[in-house]
Amino acid sequence: MTTGGSNAARDTILARVREALRMPAPLPHMKSHAAEATAAAGPGSLTILPVEFAKPWLPDGGDTAEARLAILTENLGKLKAAVHRAADLGAAAGIVAALARDRGWRHVAWHGHANVEPVAAALPCQAERVDAGAFDKRTLEACDAGITACEAVVAQTGSILVSSDTCGGRALSILPHVHIVIATLDQIVATLGEALDAARDRHAGRLPSMLSFITGPSRTGDIERILVLGAHGPKELVVVLVG
Amino acid sequence: MTPATPAAEPHTAFEAANPHLAKKKFLEDAAEHVRDTGHRAFVRKALGGYYTSRDTQKSRYRDWEQARDAASLAKWSAVNRLDELLPRFVAKFEANGGRVHWARNAEEARDIILGLLRATKQEAIIKSKCMTSEEIHLNAAMEADGYGVVESDLGEFIQQLRGEPPYHFVFPCMHVRRDEISDLFGKHLGTPPTDSPEELTMIARRHMRRLYIDADVGITGANFLVAETGQISITENEGNARLTAALPRVHIAISGIEKVIEHLDDLAVLLPMLATAGAGQPMTCYNTLYAGPRKPGECDGPEEMHLVLLDNSRTALLADPEQRDALHCIRCGACLNVCPIFKNVGGFTYGTTYQGPIGSVITPHLRGLADWNHLSGASSLCGACTDACPVRIDIHHHLLHNRRNAAISAPSRLERLGHRLFVMVAKRPWLFATGGAVFRRTLWLIKKLRPPLLRDWLATRDLPPAPAHSFRSLWRTRA
Repeated sequence: MTTGGSNAARDTILARVREALRMPAPLPHMKSHAAEATAAAGPGSLTILPVEFAKPWLPDGGDTAEARLAILTENLGKLKAAVHRAADLGAAAGIVAALARDRGWRHVAWHGHANVEPVAAALPCQAERVDAGAFDKRTLEACDAGITACEAVVAQTGSILVSSDTCGGRALSILPHVHIVIATLDQIVATLGEALDAARDRHAGRLPSMLSFITGPSRTGDIERILVLGAHGPKELVVVLVG
Repeated sequence: MTPATPAAEPHTAFEAANPHLAKKKFLEDAAEHVRDTGHRAFVRKALGGYYTSRDTQKSRYRDWEQARDAASLAKWSAVNRLDELLPRFVAKFEANGGRVHWARNAEEARDIILGLLRATKQEAIIKSKCMTSEEIHLNAAMEADGYGVVESDLGEFIQQLRGEPPYHFVFPCMHVRRDEISDLFGKHLGTPPTDSPEELTMIARRHMRRLYIDADVGITGANFLVAETGQISITENEGNARLTAALPRVHIAISGIEKVIEHLDDLAVLLPMLATAGAGQPMTCYNTLYAGPRKPGECDGPEEMHLVLLDNSRTALLADPEQRDALHCIRCGACLNVCPIFKNVGGFTYGTTYQGPIGSVITPHLRGLADWNHLSGASSLCGACTDACPVRIDIHHHLLHNRRNAAISAPSRLERLGHRLFVMVAKRPWLFATGGAVFRRTLWLIKKLRPPLLRDWLATRDLPPAPAHSFRSLWRTRA
């Protein structure tokens, strides 16, 4: 599908790359002998993949379900995300409905998903479904909150993995002012690597057009490096953990 | 080093007309900024919080140094197999439904993007932060062709309104005070004055929302290109890149060819380390992987996705095995944040797209060593940059390598003469002793006369008093 005009550019660039790489680069300076040994056979022949090598040294994600939940809750708190626990989807629906009443929300957007439908059905306000036929992005922008499911929750960093395929497209988790995530406890994984592997395997052969790790509410430090929440995406991230 | 490509084009019209003046301008601007103690104090204060949060996050790693080894391995293994991984990435990206465009230089990249805009008859453009677009001066080209383009990243938006390039490639407006931003918004957006960073941010938020929805085209950068899956990864905090890639009908991404990594899993190392090194965060808020345009069954997203792959002299750097690791750079900005030179001379003094230590390493490769070697001297060689680099680029040694290469390619006659004189004197003990004696007795005169050769050096330094005796006479009379 490459355009005709850029074929020449492609050929030139790839030729330059091949020419440039004829001279091998030295091994990078490493702290550990293990890393040097890993690289000794040359680029492309690493004896351990970087993610496996790094696993013992990256921040801890927890070895047991209890540890993962504890680390996750602590991380979400530090990120200034709100965390709620619910025994089942009915309880989750109650939590979200109470939130909607307290805040006086008038429109809340949602998408078709087994974890989201019972919550949307219990909303005390107008519920706007984004994935049932044509939907105007202006309507979504006017919504007070958006409710989505997720693909995984990462204890290590407090990140929520959403996809365009299973979490209501691209805009639902970023355009409304509040993003509510309904996650089940069995969706909690320890590390980013596990979340990525799970998503790749689940969608094998047909990746969703977007996969996004959401780590806390939108923020900026562009003005005098002072933290402000709610730059362009949601000002609030609410995580409801079900189970 | 065998330059395989012509040097990238100049940064400003001034530089285009006077390439040899880059050094003179650097020295003048540096002197001016160093005298501005208010500016220096402001920049130091702004970075103060970064050091604290970076150290807090680093302490959560069970071993940051070994994690750096892993990040370095991932980039080293990919950059040194670009010939294999780049075509693999492109094939996967196109299988995902995206279109790839190759650009040898800045002009080709601009032409490709302007061509896409013309072909799709689009007019309103929203853009998220993208240093590659700064490198190719994309905004000026689009505006010259009559397109309206808005930078959506808060810092970039402020810089766009100020008519300035970014001051720091991660923190574009870190040098601007909040009252200046308040005045700027008052002038351009008609908003009332405020001294609250939160209110200022909300002004930009409200202003931008309509623009995302009305835009026909969204332009973003890319932080990583994943060869295994054909996805591009974009890292951001504000959510503006997510909105830019979600709402407009066409998504155009621009990336340097060196951003390819082999495995999706490599991101499990690189994403958290990028955030920790660059901004003292566990992860940035949004780390998003895009695999082509909207898929059947998805309820929104762009109908077209294009990726412009840019060389622009990167292959020249690739051809230098000694400094090839400079292409490992993930643009986290950590080396700027710790650099004593950056903190004293400020971001604009460099006169480059990429400021600070990494910019000083790569700019001579991208734009010519003859005119840019002075940046190799913009270093105290303290090594703070090398220590800070999450992918272990040997930054401060590369500054020395550039100095050496410059000395080999264009030796200074004066330096050669000086070294020859020194060799002549040092080989003859009687001449060395006589010279020393003369020097000890005439040092006061040198201080007073300030000969032209030493004038610049003496302008900011005091010569010590001359010792009464030489080392050799002290040695002879030792007890």
